[in-house]
Amino acid sequence: MSSKSKPLFSSSLGKKLIMSLTGLFLCTFLVVHLIGNLQLFKNDEGYAFNNYAHFMTHFTPIKVVSYLLYASIILHAVYALILTLKNKAARPIGYHQSAGNANSKWNSRNMGILGTIILVFLATHMQNFWYQYKFGTTPYIEYHTDLETGNRQTISSDDLPANYDGYKSFVKNGVETVKTKDLYKQVAFTFQNPFIVLLYVVAMGALAFHLIHGFQSAFQTLGFDHRRYIGLVKTIGIWVFGVIIPIAFAIMPLYFFFKG
Amino acid sequence: MSVGTYTFRYSTLHTQFIIDMSKHMNLTLKVWRQKNQNSEGKFVTIQANNIADDMSFLEMLDVVNEDLTRKGEDPIYFDHDCREGICGMCSLVINGRPHGPNERTTTCQLHMRSFHDGQTIVIEPWRAAAFPVLKDLAVDRSAFDRIQQAGGYINVNTGGVPDANAIPIPKRIADEAFESATCIGCGACVAACKNASAMLFVSAKVSQFALLPQGQTERYERAQAMVDQMDKEGFGNCTNTGACEAECPVGIKLTNIARLNREYFTAKIFRQEDVHA
Ligand code: HEM
Ligand code: SF4
Ligand code: FES
Repeated sequence: MSSKSKPLFSSSLGKKLIMSLTGLFLCTFLVVHLIGNLQLFKNDEGYAFNNYAHFMTHFTPIKVVSYLLYASIILHAVYALILTLKNKAARPIGYHQSAGNANSKWNSRNMGILGTIILVFLATHMQNFWYQYKFGTTPYIEYHTDLETGNRQTISSDDLPANYDGYKSFVKNGVETVKTKDLYKQVAFTFQNPFIVLLYVVAMGALAFHLIHGFQSAFQTLGFDHRRYIGLVKTIGIWVFGVIIPIAFAIMPLYFFFKG
Repeated sequence: MSVGTYTFRYSTLHTQFIIDMSKHMNLTLKVWRQKNQNSEGKFVTIQANNIADDMSFLEMLDVVNEDLTRKGEDPIYFDHDCREGICGMCSLVINGRPHGPNERTTTCQLHMRSFHDGQTIVIEPWRAAAFPVLKDLAVDRSAFDRIQQAGGYINVNTGGVPDANAIPIPKRIADEAFESATCIGCGACVAACKNASAMLFVSAKVSQFALLPQGQTERYERAQAMVDQMDKEGFGNCTNTGACEAECPVGIKLTNIARLNREYFTAKIFRQEDVHA
């Protein structure tokens, strides 16, 4: 046997390892992101959601994880491209007639296309909210909550006041004051656009099919196929990542669109 | 269309008349014809007439070839050897499926009763950069040989057949190794895979040794050497579509691929003493 072996990440399996690890990391992120975003459904003029958004963008450990996340998306997409190109080159002349669904599921054969739809969505999504929140023209809101009665009054505007000096949260005379960027309003506003709503819903469909194959595929790539647990992995892949999560995400733009 | 014919068969034991009740059919073949490795190929339409439904697919091609030879034309070049479903030489993608429409079947074991009169059958070679077409439907599968040479063997002397109760592993493990060892190296997995990946083949070859005591000496070196060679030959990367398992004529399972991944990552990450570099 040859005594020299290629380094891990220059092999096909090493590249697949990167795909699966980054893919699974993105999956765990989806869970966290969904739970956080469920606060959009609270009828509190965005109080909980805006505080959460501030926390997520300013708490250092979460900031570190978010940079890992950006790196994962880039790595996942770059390696998807590298592998897909290599796979195309591995069959320069295709078949005149192909087996279609006779031997495999269509989503497993079109992970690159599904992923590309997700990538287009991600770019739009980051511009819609992440960029607007950090650098754009996010609206502004001030909450005054009477801690005794729970009564809340708000002062809001469509852009930041000139004297806005960052997020503020303090209690004075039994009244809690929170001054913050109003991402909630930004969300409600963005989802008035039917094309954006459509893109989000379609992208969640693509995500569903990407993960119905991808989640269990990642475990297979890692070499995990233990008889006792693989059924659970497949069930989670289909029902949690393929059905519940994408549908829950897709409801958000629809909710704001129809709420008006 | 049923054409009953009377055949006279003679054997040393007895003389008998047999009524040949096989149905006969006429077929239109769209066959990939290619002169040699360097020339461009194309599909040629060939008529196959009066084909009995109990012929195998290869026998059908034999009939067509006799016809072509009589007409002074070049017969269709295709691979075959045992015609018993055990050697792995026969190939052909038939109507988009390696080894044709039936599950767990090699082309030599595929019978014409799986087709119907008047059907058009598209016959193509295995398609993969690592399996260049030699002529017509025959491809060069020596890439598989080179993967085997890279690590698909053991160096220890295994001696004669051991006593059954002297084998130091449980039967279920031996059975699993045996199942992996039934891979006939046909290449249908590569042909079926949208990525032309050879993972099912390589994983079967690695598994059969990884599971047995005799295979332990080179266990981790083997996984690395065979994966290296697989990559070098230009096969694609597995995306776990499962097409290989669905088309494998002997039913090699995807669990072998998971095992190969385990073997390889274990070798790379935890078994540095097995890497000579
Ligand atoms: C940036 C856009 C994306 C592209 C271009 C993309 C593309 C791909 C491709 C081509 C594969 C390989 C097919 C396979 O191995 O079965 C793949 C696998 C996978 N993707 Fe994505 N994807 C994207 C985004 C995502 C996202 C957002 C997630 C999860 C939230 C994800 C999760 C996965 C998983 C779990 C796998 C399976 C890895 C494996 O099989 O080893 N992908 N992706
Ligand atoms: S794994 Fe199955 S399809 Fe692949 S070479 Fe072996 S027998 Fe043929
Ligand atoms: S000719 Fe040997 S398996 Fe078909």
